[in-house]
Formats: sequence, C-alpha cells, structure tokens
Amino acid sequence: MAVVEVANLHKRYGGTVGVDDVSFSVDEGEIFGILGPNGAGKTTTVECVTGLRRPDRGVVTVLGLDPRRDRAELRQRVGVQLQQSRLQEKITVAEALALYSSYYRRPADWRHLMEALGLADKRRTRFGQLSGGQQQRLSIALALVGSPTIAVLDELTTGLDPQARRDTWDLIEQVRAGGVTVVLVTHFMDEAERLCDRLALIDSGRVVALDTPAGLIAAARREQRVRFSPSAALDDRLLIDLSEVTDVRRAGSQVIVTGTGNLLHAVTSVLARNRIVAHDLRVEQASLDDAFVALTGRRLDP
Amino acid sequence: MSTLLRTTLVEAKLFLREPTAVTFGVLFPTVIVLVLGAIPTLREPSQEYGGARFVELWAPSALVLGIGIVALQNIANVLATYRETGILRRLSTTPVHPAQLLLAQLIVALVAVAVAGTLLVVSAWLLLDVPLPRHPWTFVAAFGVGFGAVLALGALVAAVAPNARIAGGLATLVYMVLMFAGGVFLPRFLMPDALVRLGDYAPPGVQGLLTAWSGDPAVLATVGAETGAPQAVQLAVMAGVAGLAGLAAARLFRWE
Repeated sequence: MAVVEVANLHKRYGGTVGVDDVSFSVDEGEIFGILGPNGAGKTTTVECVTGLRRPDRGVVTVLGLDPRRDRAELRQRVGVQLQQSRLQEKITVAEALALYSSYYRRPADWRHLMEALGLADKRRTRFGQLSGGQQQRLSIALALVGSPTIAVLDELTTGLDPQARRDTWDLIEQVRAGGVTVVLVTHFMDEAERLCDRLALIDSGRVVALDTPAGLIAAARREQRVRFSPSAALDDRLLIDLSEVTDVRRAGSQVIVTGTGNLLHAVTSVLARNRIVAHDLRVEQASLDDAFVALTGRRLDP
Repeated sequence: MSTLLRTTLVEAKLFLREPTAVTFGVLFPTVIVLVLGAIPTLREPSQEYGGARFVELWAPSALVLGIGIVALQNIANVLATYRETGILRRLSTTPVHPAQLLLAQLIVALVAVAVAGTLLVVSAWLLLDVPLPRHPWTFVAAFGVGFGAVLALGALVAAVAPNARIAGGLATLVYMVLMFAGGVFLPRFLMPDALVRLGDYAPPGVQGLLTAWSGDPAVLATVGAETGAPQAVQLAVMAGVAGLAGLAAARLFRWE
C-alpha cells in the first residue's frame, strides 16, 4: 500500500526550476531513498511532501492527506528531520525531547527513545555541547517523538564521521523494524545502497530512474569484468569461444575478460578443465555510482 | 499544561542561562542606581539640579537601559538566531506553529523587564529613599506601552535583518539612539531642550516614566515636565509605535 504518492510535481523559484517533473510512490514499511547530486531538487521534493512548500503543479498525497490542506493532521503523523536544523544552543537533550513530545497527540515515550538512541547519559547536556553525531541522533529522536507513521530524514549523515554514519544507519534500520516508513534523502551512494529498499534517482529536477538499488545497478551495467593472472600459458581462444564472453584483453600478466550472464562460472570452469589456476582473481561489479554515471552521463560526487 | 506554557517555561530557563541578558538586562539597572546612590552628592538634593536628587532624576533612565537590553538587543538576537539556525523551520514540521516560540520569547521578555523594574523601584525606595511611583497605574501603563514599543522595534529589527549578525548590529544602532534619548549616557537635564523633548517620544518614553514616578517639583522642572507634551499624548505615541512596528514586524517576518 502506498503511503506517499507524488505525481508530476513541479516547483520553480523565480526563474529557476527546482523540481521539473517528479513522480514516485512510497510503500508502507519500506525505506525509500531520494538520491541525487546537490541541487537536484531532492529537498524541494520532500518540502512539498511535508507541506512546507506549495507545489506549482502536480499532486502530493501523504497517508491519504493533502499536505497543505490537512497540514495539522499531517504534522501529527509525519516526523521530519530537516537538513541543517539546529536547536537552541543551551537547551538540554531531556528538555528538548520532553518539550517536543508535548506537541503531539500520542507521543512516544521520550525517555525510552533517549535510551534507544544512546543519549541517556547526555540527558543534561546542552545541544551546543553535543558532538555532530549526537546532535544528529537528537534530531532523529525529535522526528520520532510523535510516534509518526512516516519519518522523513533529509541528509542524515552529512558531516558525520564514518563510525557515526554507520551507527546512524543501524538506527534507521531499527526505526524501520519498528514499523515506521522511512523516506531518506541523500547524496551518498553507499548510504542509499546500504539502506534503501527502493530509490528514486533525481537529476536536474527529474526522476531519471526508480528501482531497487540492485535493479539500478543491473540496469546500468549488464556487463561484468573478471580479472586474473593465469598460473600457466592460456590461449585466449579458449575464453573467446565461450558464449558468455564478449572480449578478452591482456594487461601485463593479467587477463581481463568482459562478458555477461554467469561469466565468472564460465571462466573458472574453462580454467579448471585446463588445469590452470587463476591467481588474484577479481570480479568487478558495478556500483550505484556506475549506475548514476550510466543514467545521467556524469558522476555524482564531482 | 498548554504547549505555550511549556514552551514559555523552557524559553525562560534558556533566558536564565544567558548571563549577558540576565546581568545587564535585569540586574544592572538596579546595581547602577545603587552604586550612584552610594555617592553622597548624587543621593542628596543638590543646587546643581535645582534642588533635585540625581538618583531620583536618573532612575527612569536605568529602567530604559534594562528595557533596551531585554526587549531590543536580546529579542532581536534571539528571533534572528532562531530563524537562521532552522529552529523555527524545525518547529514548523511539528503540530506547533513557530509563532508560539516567538510568543513565548515575548512573554519571557515581559516577565524579565517586570522583574527588573520592580527590583529597581523597590530597592531605590528601600535603600535610597526614592519614593514609590506617585501615579502607580500611570507608571505601570507607561512602563507597559514603553516596553511594548521597544519590543516591537526589536521584533522589527529581527524581521528585516537577513541574519543574526546583522540583526545584532542593527539592534545595537537603534539601542544607542534610544539610550541616548532616554538619558542613559548623558543625564537629560544636561541636554539641550530639543533633545530633552526627544525623550518624550523615543521608546520606551523616559519622560512618561519620570512624570508618573516622581512627585518632586524640582525633579520635574529639570526636564521641563510642565512644558512638555501631556502624558496621555506620550502614552498614545508609545502605543502607536508599538502597534505600527509590531504590525510591520509581523508582516515582514520571514520564517526561514
């Protein structure tokens, strides 16, 4: 069942088009990623979804509600963590959580949330004294303190160190395990690949692809590459004759085989039959990065 | 408990954690008047001031100082910072409208200046024999509308300033003008008559505070109280400034 539906969303600011034509739907219980480079229109899209902006054209429905008309009800049921939103520098963790939980009809137990997010020992610490990762966790806690059905999280791990990023990812998986649908906005490929069930790839205000991370990768590169150093002389024709192989090249002592289908199995079978051992065998698989290049013709992180 | 009350209590705690606002806005006016009162020539009637007492003359200016710090400097800075750092934006994603946070701030400021004013009036009365306000209700009214006018100017500064730094600069500029007109830097009886008259109308209206507070004809004579604008006109001007600047601030305020 779709809990968020966006159809032909269009939004311009003055002369520039923020979002040109964006359509997607988010199913209940999934982690849906909105992925794209900076300035692609991701934030504008979620701002329209959360009712912070009015779209120029297009239809947005969230939990059957119109984000602008039914904003009061929407705010009760959708938790939002916005990019670069701080808190009062001198408010403590416990004060912020207690205050924000009082805003909701059916709040979560904020003490429990504070424990779950590893902030219990920081309860009396002021926001300005928290580390970047702790501030981010508090932000997530505030997005969850109203027991939302949907959590929208924008640029969750920007500015965090690698350990804090991994901890945050674990946290998001726990949130989803708790039954919350997560809409995740990111410009990090690894984050999208690791967390998202499905994702919309946005570039210049348009959805260029909408699929699972694996599906996007497969679509981007059907070809795979196998590299190895043969233990004995190897006739290239043994490999070229295979139906899976499209090309065989050599780089020094290494053989590079390009092909499709179950390439690795085909190559290793031939080598085994000829009693050749493949040293330094490596299979190069496409990543989401390659998918982005294939779909847009440029790299995500310049 | 309503969300406004909860928000106000938290904002009050945050205000108390700001040493500058508490020290200079709430305690400083009383401290200065008491320190000046410790000097005999400023405490006793002096021929220099036409038989008036300096502390009695200057006490309303100390109030102006406190109101200026809390309602102008602090409010402009807090509102601009709350916008710039995305606090208002975060709140707009919750069921509570960000205007509640601003309202909470205004209530905190009102309580802070009320405490500052009470502290000053009572300590000047107990320790320096400065009589309690002669027209208490007029005094409260003058204090209320005067505070409202300065507060509205503070909110207007926050509304038009693009960021907290510029809000701070603008607020300081307006503050200097108001403090000068309010006789904080230079006692008003030393000013030329035209500048003394400025004090009738510059928020928060030091003249209105003085005439409602002091019954000493010598005090009133030094700042030309009887030749100045009638008190009702002064109060109306303050209310007008409060209304217009408040309306402009509300209309011009950007939430992000």
